[in-house]
Amino acid sequence: MSELAAGWPILSIVTFLPAAGAILILLARMSARGDSPGYDNGVKLLALFFTIATFIVSLFAFAAFDPANPDYQLTETVPWAFGMNYAMGVDTLAMSLVMLTTFLTPLCILASWVIEKQVSSYMVLFLVLETLMIGVFCAQDIILFYVFFEGGLIPMFILIGVWGGERRVYAAFKFFLYTLLGSLLMLVAIVYMIATAGTSNIPALTEYAQDGGFSPEVQIWLWLAFFASFAVKMPMWPVHTWLPDAHVEAPTAASVVLAAILLKMGGYGFLRFSLPMFPDASHVFTPFVFALSVIAIVWASLVAFRQLDMKKLIAYSSVAHMGFVTMGIFTGTIQGVQGAIFQMLSHGIISGALFLCVGVVYDRMHTREIAFYGGLVNRMPVYAAIFLLFTMGNVGLPGTSGFPGEILTMVGAFQVNAWVAAGAALGVIFSAAYALTLYRKVAFGVIENPKLDGIGDLDAREWVTFIPLVIATLVMGLAPSYVLDFTHNSAEAISTAFAGARP
Amino acid sequence: MQFSPEALIVLAPLVAAAFAGLLQRYIGDKLAMGLTTASVGLSLVLSWPIFIDFVWGEGHERVIELFRFIDVAGFTSIWSVRIDTLSAVMLVVVNTVSFLVHVYSIGYMAEDPHRARFFSYLSFFTFAMLSLVTANDFLQLFFGWEGVGVASYLLIGFWFQKRSANDAAIKAFVTNRVGDFGFALGIMAAFICYGSIQFDAAFEAARAAPDMMIGVGEVRFRAVEVVAFLLFIGAMGKSAQFFLHVWLPDAMEGPTPVSALIHAATMVTAGVFMVCRAGELYEMAPLASGFVTIIGATTALFAATVGLAQNDIKRVVAYSTCSQLGYMFFAAGVGAYNAAMFHLFTHAFFKALLFLGAGSVIHGLHHEQDMRYMGGLRKPMPITWAMMLIGTFALIGFGIPGLGGFAGFYSKDAIIEAAYGSHGIGAQFAFWCGVTAALLTSFYSWRLAFMTFEGRYRPNPHAHHDDHGHDDHHAAPADGSAPAHESPWIMLAPLFVLAAGAIAAGAIFYPYFLGDHAGAFWDRAIPFHEGHHDFPAWVLWAPLIVTVTGFLFAVGFYLWRPGAAKAMAKGPVWAFLYNKWYFDEIYDFIFVKGARALGDLFWKVGDRRLIDGLGPDGVAATSRFFSRNLRKLQTGFVYHYSFIMLIAAVAFGAYAIFAGIGGGQ
Repeated sequence: MSELAAGWPILSIVTFLPAAGAILILLARMSARGDSPGYDNGVKLLALFFTIATFIVSLFAFAAFDPANPDYQLTETVPWAFGMNYAMGVDTLAMSLVMLTTFLTPLCILASWVIEKQVSSYMVLFLVLETLMIGVFCAQDIILFYVFFEGGLIPMFILIGVWGGERRVYAAFKFFLYTLLGSLLMLVAIVYMIATAGTSNIPALTEYAQDGGFSPEVQIWLWLAFFASFAVKMPMWPVHTWLPDAHVEAPTAASVVLAAILLKMGGYGFLRFSLPMFPDASHVFTPFVFALSVIAIVWASLVAFRQLDMKKLIAYSSVAHMGFVTMGIFTGTIQGVQGAIFQMLSHGIISGALFLCVGVVYDRMHTREIAFYGGLVNRMPVYAAIFLLFTMGNVGLPGTSGFPGEILTMVGAFQVNAWVAAGAALGVIFSAAYALTLYRKVAFGVIENPKLDGIGDLDAREWVTFIPLVIATLVMGLAPSYVLDFTHNSAEAISTAFAGARP
Repeated sequence: MQFSPEALIVLAPLVAAAFAGLLQRYIGDKLAMGLTTASVGLSLVLSWPIFIDFVWGEGHERVIELFRFIDVAGFTSIWSVRIDTLSAVMLVVVNTVSFLVHVYSIGYMAEDPHRARFFSYLSFFTFAMLSLVTANDFLQLFFGWEGVGVASYLLIGFWFQKRSANDAAIKAFVTNRVGDFGFALGIMAAFICYGSIQFDAAFEAARAAPDMMIGVGEVRFRAVEVVAFLLFIGAMGKSAQFFLHVWLPDAMEGPTPVSALIHAATMVTAGVFMVCRAGELYEMAPLASGFVTIIGATTALFAATVGLAQNDIKRVVAYSTCSQLGYMFFAAGVGAYNAAMFHLFTHAFFKALLFLGAGSVIHGLHHEQDMRYMGGLRKPMPITWAMMLIGTFALIGFGIPGLGGFAGFYSKDAIIEAAYGSHGIGAQFAFWCGVTAALLTSFYSWRLAFMTFEGRYRPNPHAHHDDHGHDDHHAAPADGSAPAHESPWIMLAPLFVLAAGAIAAGAIFYPYFLGDHAGAFWDRAIPFHEGHHDFPAWVLWAPLIVTVTGFLFAVGFYLWRPGAAKAMAKGPVWAFLYNKWYFDEIYDFIFVKGARALGDLFWKVGDRRLIDGLGPDGVAATSRFFSRNLRKLQTGFVYHYSFIMLIAAVAFGAYAIFAGIGGGQ
């Protein structure tokens, strides 16, 4: 397969294939006069086809990629305006996140089959969103990165604002303003960096920075500017309150993408920029990040315990799990960084799946209120079994993908400061409390709400949506070495860069 | 990865569990039950020869490595099957009890509509437990540890329609997580200090640097004490020791075979196993060992006092289990790891026997569990009665020093003597707790036996008749015996096997676990010390004396003067014991209500008022302004908007791709 990929700008193809699908849908829409029956289904099929094709092409890229090689690979460079280049390339970190994105998007399209309002616009936005997300991970030029990074805001903003729930406008603006304000500071820092270093190429910038291009004082400011953006994206405490609102209002598939991929951009940013480019500043801020991470884990877990809305509960649990990621990243140890990357991938799958689980019952009953449900296992045994698996993944049970990330980030943290690891480990207790309580309230017991009497188990489409996620959760949980070996080179490079600056 | 019978022992139950669980709709209950039982039977058949080889043959230690689980910069866990004396003992305990429980459940669960699921869980539990005991590093141990935890959660909550069962399942899981909090930190500390989580490598590093310190800033401790202490927190959770014992009695909500397998014979002994496995660390950690001794001894006594006052037959046995686990821990704490393991071994037989016997009683009485509404069962259930009697004799450790006795006699007396002979921290305290608890054990065991089998049947005035059509049984026979039926043979047969163990396991294996051959038997599997043999006579005879005393008290209260027992049950001491020292109420107030209050505080005050109030809701006024305009987007504008965005993105991409074919590198 690797021969096939040679000579082709395969990353650009992976990135822009969904956008091509979007164009096709738009063209079809323009040529269609009136709404012919079956038209919406055609649009859905087209979107599904393009996302699956993207996944297949990304598999070719994956096959052509050599994880033993620590350099950026599959690179493409095209001169662009103002001395900047259109540059693409991936290392093992970026490649793994690209795979996560292309793997999840077709499942999101499947989960969007229930959308009835403005189907073609919805699908167009979704496909554009996929292009932008993949672009973030592939971009090797910092301006290009920024364009993709910010561009992703717009389709998500519209998806929440138009197809969302009752308070969608409030949620959409909260989401948009929070993330945009953070990013503007980052833009200023980027301009400064390009002006100083004379390049916008990310590998070149990294090299420049590691040769001491940015003095420790300058690093502090740059670090803070990037932090403002990434901390909101993660989201870290105390800038996390946009996430529960956004999740609650977003349509199911948008929630999946938000939790599974958009949040990962913050972690990716820390790993790509903050640690390798500003290692001195990262050292300075390590205690600060640790404090925020542990607070996030404890705070969000306890708040999750009190939620009455299923999606809000899962959103808060996401905040807690992202606390493990930031903690792991800033340990700068190989275990910590490996754990953080693993946790990002695993959280992508598990939280995505949990939002899909909520979507399944929401589609049937149109409420996310926990108290409405109860006893679902009686009528939906398959659903209950799948929901239980992902609940256990959320709890970090060994054997599911939730475990290796948590334990490795804590092992990393323990080496730096045992109390930080102990604080994070509290989350292990709380997560069991809120996740199992949610499960008990929704699935166990007897059906007391007469409206649930007719509720049906998973249909074929839902089966197809869940099975890949079930497999991914178990494979990553039982044989995490495959993933960890793959991401080893990136983790080592980041850890080395960080350790080099250790005072 | 190559085939080996040792790996098959561990994996066979997993395969069967997966089949029974995933395909239950297609293969049906009978096949699911047969498959799972057969798989555990296979493990049983394969594991006994290994054990026998260690006892009478040339058993040699070996590690079969299967695949790399996690391997990140020295934090390495290889999925392995480690066979040495310690794991061989556990293999036969787990597989024997598990197999018998599978067989018993065929009868016990005969009317349950979810039998396939039940058997799938049982086999999954067996797999997790086997992977725990055959681990070669701390992470695999933890994997099994959590695996049995989730199996326990699923089985306690097996009757998912019962709210109390669900609550008990969550309580068990969360309480265990509190222990796991310590356990996980212990694993991390071991890795940081010793550079490995493989048992042998870590222990060797610990021996090489016995005085290594660990800590943050000025606060520094001896590393080995910290590691040993943190690991023991995990053991306290899993083995239901004082402070973290609260989940075990509630776990009796699960079906009785589950209680016998998980909450008596196997899973709850995992903590003891782990302390013995890490015995080399505890040898070097006198403070942590002292802590183990004191917690174990306290549990032994505390649980026995609570056991005195319980009316639910299963809860009595559950507290008894808790108490016996305390014995095992203080044995390990004073360095008598072999005595701890021996008691684990014998206890598995007689406690499983008592639980399955109790299950037989409950089955015979149509799910009545309250001993106040039993009595007179000896006549209708003579076999169950005889088996329970054997279990009782074994539990109270009946035997004559110098002559011999039931299984518990050998192991429990060895523990009490070891505590007496030790100079470790808390050892003398443990000795007196052990002797006192032996008295109480005898009393509550006979109380159980008398209330259940002797006297006249006392029907339950609040009995809610279940709809199974057993009405004919509820008319009590005139001679005062209970309207019960003896259990079917498939349930009685496992009792016979366990009873044989409860009678003879002590006498047969004493020379190897504790006696003359112990040094050769244990080899290097656990730290082994030649025990004393010159105890004063009163120490040797004390257990028998208190046991007989307890028996006489029970006879007095429950056979001769039943009125006295009723009067006693009205006192405040009784209430204190009946309410389990009010642990549940205190924990509920501090932890459950505390977590709720804190969660509400963070949510409603922290997130809503402070963070949102100061931050985005100031901006929200602005957003309301925008929102009026945004609504327009919902018609056709959104489509224009996205179209413009798309054109830009696509033009850009097309340019890149076409240019890239030429310029791509």
